[in-house]
Amino acid sequence: MSKSTSDADAEEGRRERKGAEALVEGLKQEGVDTMFGITGGAIMPVYDVLYDDEDVDHVMMGHEQGATHAAEGYNTVTGRPGVCMATSGPGATNLVTGLADADMDSRALIAIAGQVPTDMIGNDAFQETDTRGVTMPITKHNYLIKDEDDVPDTVQEAFYITSTGRPSPVVLDVPKDVSKNTTDAVRGELDVEGYSPNYEGHPRQIEKAAEKIEEAEKPLIFAGGGAVISEASPEVRELAMENDIPVTTSLMGLGVFPEDHELSLEMLGMHGTGYANRAVTECDLLVGIGVRFDDRATGKIESFAPKAEVIHVDIDPSEISKNIHANVPIVGDAKNVVGDINEAMRDRDSPDTESWLDTIDDWKQKYPNEYEQDGDDLKPQYVIEQLDELTPDDTIVCTGVGQHQMWAAQWYTYTEPRTWVTSGGLGTMGCGLPMTIGAKLGAPDQEVVCIDGDGSFLMTVQELTTAVREELDFTLVIINNYYMGMVRQWQELFHDERYAESDLPHLPRFDEIAEAFGARGWRLEDEEDVEDVLEEALEYDGPSVIDAIIDPYENVFPMVPAGSGNDEFIMGKGSQGSRIS
Amino acid sequence: MSTDTPARRLPTGVREEEVPRAVDENEHTLSVLVENKPGVLSRVAGLFTRRSFNIDSLAVGETENPDYSRMTIVVTGDDPTVEQVMKQLNTLIPVIKVSNLTDDESVDRELAMVKVAASPEDRNEIMQIAETFRADIVDMGRDTVVIEASGDTEKVEALFDMLRQYGIKETVRTGRISLVRGEKSTED
Ligand SMILES: Cc1ncc(C[n+]2csc(CCOP(=O)(O)OP(=O)(O)O)c2C)c(N)n1
Repeated sequence: MSKSTSDADAEEGRRERKGAEALVEGLKQEGVDTMFGITGGAIMPVYDVLYDDEDVDHVMMGHEQGATHAAEGYNTVTGRPGVCMATSGPGATNLVTGLADADMDSRALIAIAGQVPTDMIGNDAFQETDTRGVTMPITKHNYLIKDEDDVPDTVQEAFYITSTGRPSPVVLDVPKDVSKNTTDAVRGELDVEGYSPNYEGHPRQIEKAAEKIEEAEKPLIFAGGGAVISEASPEVRELAMENDIPVTTSLMGLGVFPEDHELSLEMLGMHGTGYANRAVTECDLLVGIGVRFDDRATGKIESFAPKAEVIHVDIDPSEISKNIHANVPIVGDAKNVVGDINEAMRDRDSPDTESWLDTIDDWKQKYPNEYEQDGDDLKPQYVIEQLDELTPDDTIVCTGVGQHQMWAAQWYTYTEPRTWVTSGGLGTMGCGLPMTIGAKLGAPDQEVVCIDGDGSFLMTVQELTTAVREELDFTLVIINNYYMGMVRQWQELFHDERYAESDLPHLPRFDEIAEAFGARGWRLEDEEDVEDVLEEALEYDGPSVIDAIIDPYENVFPMVPAGSGNDEFIMGKGSQGSRIS
Repeated sequence: MSTDTPARRLPTGVREEEVPRAVDENEHTLSVLVENKPGVLSRVAGLFTRRSFNIDSLAVGETENPDYSRMTIVVTGDDPTVEQVMKQLNTLIPVIKVSNLTDDESVDRELAMVKVAASPEDRNEIMQIAETFRADIVDMGRDTVVIEASGDTEKVEALFDMLRQYGIKETVRTGRISLVRGEKSTED
């Protein structure tokens, strides 16, 4: 199948090599030095190339889902595409959850899947799955590479697509014969006709936005994951601080704006602060930056920012006016657009927000996040606060999904972007440990911790093998309530306390599990031990697992019940909550 | 700035006072230029399913340039929905251009075949109807005729209406295809 070599040979860099070698070569051209995966029949030729490759560090995972989450963690902390790999059939289908997760949270990710040889495709061959078909709705794009000559261009295109515009995963489905056949093809000019993301905001829209900001009396910035991805944190900070505009973030936006700053209202939405939710309901101008107005953030659409005109900055035109109508839509890269708005604001007056900020201060007094150390039981919030105390500002915090995730969002103080790694849009239990592995490999010099749930941890616990083998230094705290806690909370509040399949009384001793894997384990039950155990675990140079046994009935408050408006939040402590309005 | 405005949004995310009129549903003809590559039709069709948009009809074929195909997709929806459809189509990498031809001066055609019960007594009448619609009889059996008609949707519907009294046995339609009239190209 190879092109004739006569002219090509003359060209520099052209040499015959296997498709698999061309693939790995392409990864290196893209600067890949770390990837995550599991081998198998159809992908073996690629692993064979990696066997004596010295530049790419392949991390073998315990499960392909783990490989995707590790790649996600790696991407989130580095900003570079995460790369994962699996064999055909079950290997490829095991990638699906992580691909959907990365798609929802806009992460750049390349997934390479082996495929049965081209002449067997469609015959239900051993370990054949239509990977392209299966992953179509959960990726930005995917390729079935049918010709080894296409490998170099396809790899180049895949990296370009996943990491530009709005990032989202790209899958490369590579049949075994394509890996094994030889080719002398090299990458050419990048040419993707139907794809040209727009990075610059329209000047007229920028002016309009600046005008609205100048005129606003109750402006509010709502920053999200898009601001993190585009590295717009300095611009968002300038916009807020130069103009005295308060800032709230979505779950994915944690760290874009320092939560210890007086203009920070922290997170809004279902488990956002009371003051952020009051502010968004009362504001007259909402500046959405890299947010997609997800229902967990907006609550009932009818009462979301009902008095506000909306400026919406997003690189993805299809997000504009999808959920919330934008009065001033600006399609572009958040960093550029907000930078331009800052520029435009220099010729204008800052809005007069003094009385607005006073009102917000009152709300801060009135609706603080609270918990009470009331009985013998350890409180999850306390553990997280202590962890916050004992770790540096640039510590990377990973989580699973559930109550512990929300407590982690509420009770740890985020001050830097790319220090928060979680599953937002998909809400994937089990993401915590593998994301932690990817995060640590991406940021080896930073402290990395994981705040996990008992149910979540159990879903990907096998990745402890990976952590031990790779000698990774991180601390994972299981907020253990012996429940699918978030489900238990909903059952208590909305299902007449009918606790269907949410209690987990027979969980193993996680400290012993950790030790059995070769990690270190602690069991933490008493408040007075918290500091010591955390210190010891943080100190230990290797994977540390703390099984923190907490009050099983502690609920996450504030809470906006699903389907309610953001101003109808329930405040509370412990298991007790009361409606505000 | 907005102290006494009504504090409510519609479920569409639009503030109430910003929508004076009721949203009405309309038929839109989208012309979608795509790369002529395997899997593209599946991506487009899958997107409609995934986002719960309805397709009234879809016709696809190669263009004057064999690297491209043109899809003509008829959708019914209010303006924001159709705008979302167009934006979502644009997120697909092999989609090169999406145009909404509804407001343009476009020529719309579809091809239909209809098999009608035609007893010897009715046959003449049926043939006359076909002629009036400039449709062709393409098959004639003992008790049926097959008529081929092309035209815009209204014409095809009108023909079907006329033939219904004799008993329509089967119909098949290609779905609408559209091009912009005059110098302008469909992609402008
Ligand atoms: C893979 C997956 N399955 C099911 C759910 C539904 N779910 C959401 S939270 C939750 C309970 C989580 O329990 P745990 O990890 O122990 O955390 P906790 O809420 O107790 O802190 C469940 C089952 C989910 N989000 N993800």
